[in-house]
Amino acid sequence: MKTILILGAGTAGTAIAHKLRRRLSNEWDVAVVDPSSTHLYQPGLLFLPFGDETEERILRERGSTLGKGITWHQDAVKAIDTERRRVELAEGEPLSYDFLIIASGTEVRPDMIDGMTGPGWRESVFDFYTLEGAKALQKGLANFEGGRLVLNIVEMPIKCPVAPLEFAFLADAYLTKRGIRDKTELVYATPLDGAFTKPLASKTLGYLLENKGIQVETEFMTGEVDSEKNVIRSYDEREVPYDLLVTIPPHMGAGFLEDTDLGDELAFVPTDPHTLAVKNVERVFCIGDATDLPSSKAGSVAHFQADLMTENILRAIDDKELEPTFDGHSNCFVETGYGKAMLIDFNYETEPLPGQFPIPGIGPLPLLKECRRNHWAKRLFRLVYWHALLPARPIPIAPTMSLAGKQLSAAAEAGGA
Amino acid sequence: MSLEALQTDAEGYLSNRDDWSEELAQEIAQQANVALTDEHWKVLNTARAIEIESGSSPGLRKISKRSETPIKSIYKLFPDGPAKLIAKIAGIPKPKSCL
Repeated sequence: MKTILILGAGTAGTAIAHKLRRRLSNEWDVAVVDPSSTHLYQPGLLFLPFGDETEERILRERGSTLGKGITWHQDAVKAIDTERRRVELAEGEPLSYDFLIIASGTEVRPDMIDGMTGPGWRESVFDFYTLEGAKALQKGLANFEGGRLVLNIVEMPIKCPVAPLEFAFLADAYLTKRGIRDKTELVYATPLDGAFTKPLASKTLGYLLENKGIQVETEFMTGEVDSEKNVIRSYDEREVPYDLLVTIPPHMGAGFLEDTDLGDELAFVPTDPHTLAVKNVERVFCIGDATDLPSSKAGSVAHFQADLMTENILRAIDDKELEPTFDGHSNCFVETGYGKAMLIDFNYETEPLPGQFPIPGIGPLPLLKECRRNHWAKRLFRLVYWHALLPARPIPIAPTMSLAGKQLSAAAEAGGA
Repeated sequence: MSLEALQTDAEGYLSNRDDWSEELAQEIAQQANVALTDEHWKVLNTARAIEIESGSSPGLRKISKRSETPIKSIYKLFPDGPAKLIAKIAGIPKPKSCL
């Protein structure tokens, strides 16, 4: 029996396990290693704090998300030995592999910032990138009666880079509905030079921040959370006061990659941007949030990579050369509040452009423009996720980006690339 | 190539990475009132190396770890927004998000 071992059964690991299981004969064991007994639909965490999503709908038993023919080792990875092609586990016997896929994602690390997990943690300082954090924030928001609500991205890269902006837009609508928007200052503090960092997006979407009265604090790199004074302090000694802080803590790769040859300084895995093979080692691939690639850490990216990586693993099994097929394609709905959303579709080379996004059988959806249909598509996507994306059934969106429907001149007109 | 003759994007970042040279970096730094020392170069070379390796301009924590320069010190070396200033002098794109 030969083995493909997949470390992590999140979006990327689960999808590629199903893809490979369909394509490989019974002479192959397709096995995943994941210690957690549940699978979380992470996009739901954006809506949970506002009471628009429930834990039941976004959480499933992991066993029910892994199809027949996939072996699940419920254990934590301790170390990878690429010389002996072996993975050591926290409890069980070491596992050998013929090919290894690192799909261990990324973790939020509030412990890396001074004071973040201090006395205010989940009292006045919240995250929403974890289920516990999002649930605590739901209570925190319900008890909020006005003041300064501060969104803070500590540093890039983060999962789902537009989620903090979406949170700000949804918070504006939520506070308005509760009648306390005029008693609230909504502040977005970012280490980058704007809430939108590309000329075209700044030009076409800047109105969202203006209309919603969202203040932006730019180039703010948080060094410390002072939960006695209720301020966040940057490395250049600026202070942003808050009554309720919603933080997006630093992200790191999995603990077993920290301080190893496989992980970089943030424990992300240096990966070939087009073949998805891990650099400088044999028979190891990396998929999803665990890579060091400039593509977004997003579910759509994991899905597209799973399609393309499957073909490359089949090539590797046949001793053929890998094809540089992945183009950084990402496709995301961006909630803007009041039942509307935008759709963005882009890759390494092409920034999100306006136009229409054709989906066979569903029809075109407008790109980089708010509309209700995009919002409903985003809300319905949960079902697509459980029933098509995870079990790797066909989804009518190509894994590489298409220029069809996109207005190519828009970026140049805005002064961008 | 002189600073004036260079092609830059709307925000002043080099359009063509091959135009970059150490002399040019000196000039860009001078314009920003930064006199480059070995400490500066350690940070700049690290940022360039990471960008070439990974295809994106790194955040300060990654630069700090690899160059073994504390983030506080990076702020002293490149005052007024080190992330952008490092990118500009090192001839790499500014750190950005997907939108």
